[in-house]
Amino acid sequence: MNSRDLILARVRRAVAGAPDAEVPRAYRGATGAVAGSTVPGNAGAESAVAGGVATGDGGRAAGERLIDLLAERLRDYRAIVHVVAEAEAASVVEEALARRKAARLVVPDGLPPSWLHPRKAGVPYETVGDDPELSPADLDRVDGVITGCAVAIAETGTIVLDAGPGQGRRALTLLPDYHLCVVSADRIVAGVPDAVARLSPERPLTWISGPSATSDIELDRVEGVHGPRTLEVVIAT
Amino acid sequence: MSRTFLGMPARALERGFPSNAAIAVGDSQLRFNLRKATRTIRGKRAAVVSELPDWEGLRQAGKAIKDHTLRNLDRYLEQLEAAVTAAGGHVHWAADADEANRIVAVLVRATGETEVVKVKSMATQEIGLNEALAAEGVTAYETDLAELIVQLGDDWPSHILVPAIHRNRAEIREIFQERMGEWGRPAPEDLTDDPRALAEAARLHLRERFLSTKVAISGANFMIAETGTLVVLESEGNGRMCLTLPRTLISVVGIEKILPTWRDLEVFLQLLPRSSTGERMNPYTSTWTGATEGQEFHLVLLDNGRTDVLADEVGRQALRCIRCSACLNVCPVYERAGGHAYGSVYPGPIGAILTPQLRGMGSELDRSLPYASSLCGACYEVCPVAIDIPQVLVDLRAKARHPRAERLGMAAAGWIFNRPERLARAQRAGGRLRRFVPKRLPGPMSAWTDTRDIPDIPRESFRDWWDRTDGGGR
Repeated sequence: MNSRDLILARVRRAVAGAPDAEVPRAYRGATGAVAGSTVPGNAGAESAVAGGVATGDGGRAAGERLIDLLAERLRDYRAIVHVVAEAEAASVVEEALARRKAARLVVPDGLPPSWLHPRKAGVPYETVGDDPELSPADLDRVDGVITGCAVAIAETGTIVLDAGPGQGRRALTLLPDYHLCVVSADRIVAGVPDAVARLSPERPLTWISGPSATSDIELDRVEGVHGPRTLEVVIAT
Repeated sequence: MSRTFLGMPARALERGFPSNAAIAVGDSQLRFNLRKATRTIRGKRAAVVSELPDWEGLRQAGKAIKDHTLRNLDRYLEQLEAAVTAAGGHVHWAADADEANRIVAVLVRATGETEVVKVKSMATQEIGLNEALAAEGVTAYETDLAELIVQLGDDWPSHILVPAIHRNRAEIREIFQERMGEWGRPAPEDLTDDPRALAEAARLHLRERFLSTKVAISGANFMIAETGTLVVLESEGNGRMCLTLPRTLISVVGIEKILPTWRDLEVFLQLLPRSSTGERMNPYTSTWTGATEGQEFHLVLLDNGRTDVLADEVGRQALRCIRCSACLNVCPVYERAGGHAYGSVYPGPIGAILTPQLRGMGSELDRSLPYASSLCGACYEVCPVAIDIPQVLVDLRAKARHPRAERLGMAAAGWIFNRPERLARAQRAGGRLRRFVPKRLPGPMSAWTDTRDIPDIPRESFRDWWDRTDGGGR
């Protein structure tokens, strides 16, 4: 008997006659929760915006609350955060790069050009594409990377990249020491269940909550180990 | 291999937990380090858990998802295998530690490489993979900061999440300065014990290795049966380096790490970070399905005693464990004895129930582990998948072979308590002979009185008093 069959046979013998378990989903944002099941907590407020930032007056207020929460939670984990109107994004990006003295920036395919190079000439910066693919050593030498994101989760202060347009392959946001992420307001969701529902398992995902950090020395959190040591987020509304 | 190997030196197994713990509590530096670290993390966990109004709902969902998965584990394993294979990955099955190590060694050799980088993984620690690879001429470099501290210090892990929890910043600085040079880029001459400086030294030490190594080995926190997706949660970015840059990725994962559906992540990605590091979300989570971005991907599914645990009606709940280590951080025994006393890569309350089940109770140490607890229940309270650790501890205590003196004593007590008249006679005899009962019992029975006082035996039993005074009326 090979190990595969051996393990499967052991499993079957071990669980024979054991009872199965029903899964209760009594938590906020549970997708397909059984009708009539009780969802504790502030279900009304959260579920109104569960699918992202809703439109309409009530939706607008809820959407602003989500943006504020995302910004607060990102700052909590030492990210630099700006909340700006979409039209201001390019200027804010440029100012951020100037402050950082970042002269060469990796720009993945599909990044909205309107986030780059504002019309009024400021401090110039050079952009580098990833086609043909940059080597790890090349990526290690650039000053930073700019991306969009697939989803941002307000409650946890998380941005999720799925290697889609404007995000690039995973190494792009890993090797440069500076990651600048522009989050469109329509990408913001309330909680983790909303994010999981929007994302595709077929794509490689990177969930990012603040700059790289460690708690390995006396369980004190220290920002900045192997990943980008600075995470700057521009929330474009 | 006759017994399940759990990655610990033989010397720790020769003594029972009480002897190991006695050595540990004599180390005041260790006690100081542990107290400081566990208090910090307990406070952080409590704060982020209390933020969620539906924590108990998530906990019950997590428990039920795991129970359902374990009940149908054969089906989900086959589904996972099919999904990973369809996505271009290769699936291998390992019945025990030896087989898993052999599979990984063959896969590494096939690449022609002699160096691998590793993401922190309990499964590979459990099977002693680094030592097995070293015997095959392959050097495994740990890249997680705490694992690096353990590896450079020629030490053993003492905590599931923070293996170097027993070391303070000054000790870590010393290890880095003395040993980094032997493994690669040396530590800076002027290294201080500021955690920031220590993290920076680790970044510089490992940077070149990340950029050049062609093979990586990881574990996984979750595997999704439905889609074949693997999930790794981490903080530093060393995980992303290993999962992303090398050409070949080998993941060694326990068979109990499966979740049925993608959607189940909505529960566990809330439970794990808050329970583990006390963060709303850990800095980095990576998910990938099969061969990704041109990589070659191998998944090694590991049994190594898990199916034995699964066969135990009470003990199988230990397989729900998601290795968050919240139970270690709240345990009064762990806080004082530290991780090494448990003689296993799984220390603390979860280790006290997992280790004897995986390894069996053949050694003095493994028989003593179910007693490494005051049964206070704090571990159960904080467990994100509601493992009733005290219940399993009590069940294992009943299963462990007890010392002869204890068995004889218990048999005698059973015989006496079985009939009221025997008890009455024994009580009368005790009352008459009370002056002759020593404060400490002799021979093997001294084990009992070493840590307990013999209660004063009354001159007269309650029953005799009641008969004599007609219930106090006379």
